[in-house]
Amino acid sequence: MEKIVFKKPESLREITTHYCAGCGHGIIHRLVCEVVDELGVRENVVAVAPVGCAVIAYDYWDFDVTEAAHGRTPAVATGIKRVLPDRLVFTYQGDGDLAAIGTSEIIHAANRGENISVIFVNNGVYGMTGGQMAPTTVLGQRTATTRKGRDSGRDGFPLKISEMIAVLEGARYIERTSVSSPKEILKTKRAIKRAFEIQIHNEGFSMVEILSMCPTYWGLAPLEASKRIEAQMVKAYPLGILKQ
Amino acid sequence: MNKHKPTNRMLITGNEACGEGAVKAGCRFYAGYPITPQNELTAYMSKRMDEVGGVFIQAESELAAINMVFGASVAGARAMTTSSSPGISLKQEGISYLSGCELPAVIVNIMRGGPGLGNIAPSQSDYFQATKGGGHGDYRIVVFAPASCQEMMDFTSHAFDIADRYRNPVMILGDGMLGQMMEPIAVDGAGETKDNARHTKKWALTGCKGRKPNIIRSLLLKEGELEKLNIKLQKKFGEMKKNEVKYETYKTEDADVVIVAYGISSRISRAAADRLRKEKIKTGLFRPISLWPFPYRALKSLDKGKTKFLTVEMSAGQMVEDVRLAVQDDKRIQFYGRLGGAVPTEEEITEKIVNMAK
Repeated sequence: MEKIVFKKPESLREITTHYCAGCGHGIIHRLVCEVVDELGVRENVVAVAPVGCAVIAYDYWDFDVTEAAHGRTPAVATGIKRVLPDRLVFTYQGDGDLAAIGTSEIIHAANRGENISVIFVNNGVYGMTGGQMAPTTVLGQRTATTRKGRDSGRDGFPLKISEMIAVLEGARYIERTSVSSPKEILKTKRAIKRAFEIQIHNEGFSMVEILSMCPTYWGLAPLEASKRIEAQMVKAYPLGILKQ
Repeated sequence: MNKHKPTNRMLITGNEACGEGAVKAGCRFYAGYPITPQNELTAYMSKRMDEVGGVFIQAESELAAINMVFGASVAGARAMTTSSSPGISLKQEGISYLSGCELPAVIVNIMRGGPGLGNIAPSQSDYFQATKGGGHGDYRIVVFAPASCQEMMDFTSHAFDIADRYRNPVMILGDGMLGQMMEPIAVDGAGETKDNARHTKKWALTGCKGRKPNIIRSLLLKEGELEKLNIKLQKKFGEMKKNEVKYETYKTEDADVVIVAYGISSRISRAAADRLRKEKIKTGLFRPISLWPFPYRALKSLDKGKTKFLTVEMSAGQMVEDVRLAVQDDKRIQFYGRLGGAVPTEEEITEKIVNMAK
């Protein structure tokens, strides 16, 4: 008799993603789906996809998903959740969507204590548009728009948006994790589950910032990209629970 | 226009009447941001949403407000946001997305003087923005222009039905004077309009219980997909053009001069027409109510070959371009407008027509 040791989550469609080799989005999409399955809420989810590499997340997730204008993702989620308070509503956003063009929306959704969850994927670069500097790009990092590396004098500093949100009274749970290794991936899954459970218990705004790899625009092989998170990114963005 | 049985009369501002129209239509979600001259509307919705168990959010920006409305519409609710000119400029991105995603919503613009921050006086200088696009892409929205507090209520109610019918945003285009003046209105006991049934919105995102997942999007990257959506949208806009044209005529049957004006300008123009009739100048008024779709054919039907037309607007001449398209004889069309929040007077319009009739 065959023993099943690994299978596709029910919430994940059987389809090849468009993501580059070694990209973290595929892992994080899967983690979200595993958690949705484990909580048994697939038919109760309304998700909001961002503008960025994950814009077509609705092609991969097998539950209700809407698009949102770039950065307005938490405002759209706010509208949905206020109309349907008993549904599980989450946004999935990259660093451009959440920490640049949508800074206002994320801060105010958190400050209102909206009972939504936010999956914030931080890979320090704009992937979809060709590897430009993101607000979260670390100092010295070379991108399409910082050819000699990010210079704080010209480009400002890496934006620690989770730390900013953690000081808000409306924020209930903020954790930063990474998907750089199997161990960290499991921690990320636990954090996503915790965020969703907090929402299900009507406790308020939850966000998981996930440090993720972009081998293509970091100019690294997938394994080297994973190592870069541990060697460089966590220095600017320490892992752990920021608010509980 | 209004065939209300006066069962319940209220003395109310245009802004508040607009809010009451929304409540009557079953609007249970409102998001807005403070801006003059429409603040009474936001305050009214804050009070009324509490009373009827709806959602009121004072958003952090106009962008957030229109996108909250987007979210509420995604979830199947009747939703509205309101603002005034500079704020409506900020909402254009959201309106384009609503149309592209085929989502109903009602947006109210209580126009003020522009461009830029302008002033807080009544104006009609957002006609182009409202009727010719505003946001990016090939989309259209139905735009209604009320001219009284009663119509602020009635047209707002009606706008929700139209928005749901076509799954497209609808705009109410008022101005600071209409918003802030008070008039008695009749509120009938009809309650919610008939089309409001969230459960009939099979496309809404409510969780995929017992059905396949729903997706709402305007991003279509595969070859030919976006053109297909656009063709579908254009078909819908064609239906709106056929079905949603609204206008009013006043003493136009024997008119030698027809004033074309909408909103508050039409109220002033009507008084001017009456005054001119006493001076033996046969003047009538054509009042477009749907600014898009514009009543081209109805306006042309008033043209007896020698008829003169005067377009009166609180702008530098925006609707007059549609009047020219309708009449197709520029020599017989004149324009009178006041700018930057100034309001034309009955005397100014009368004088202009006396000169035209010479």
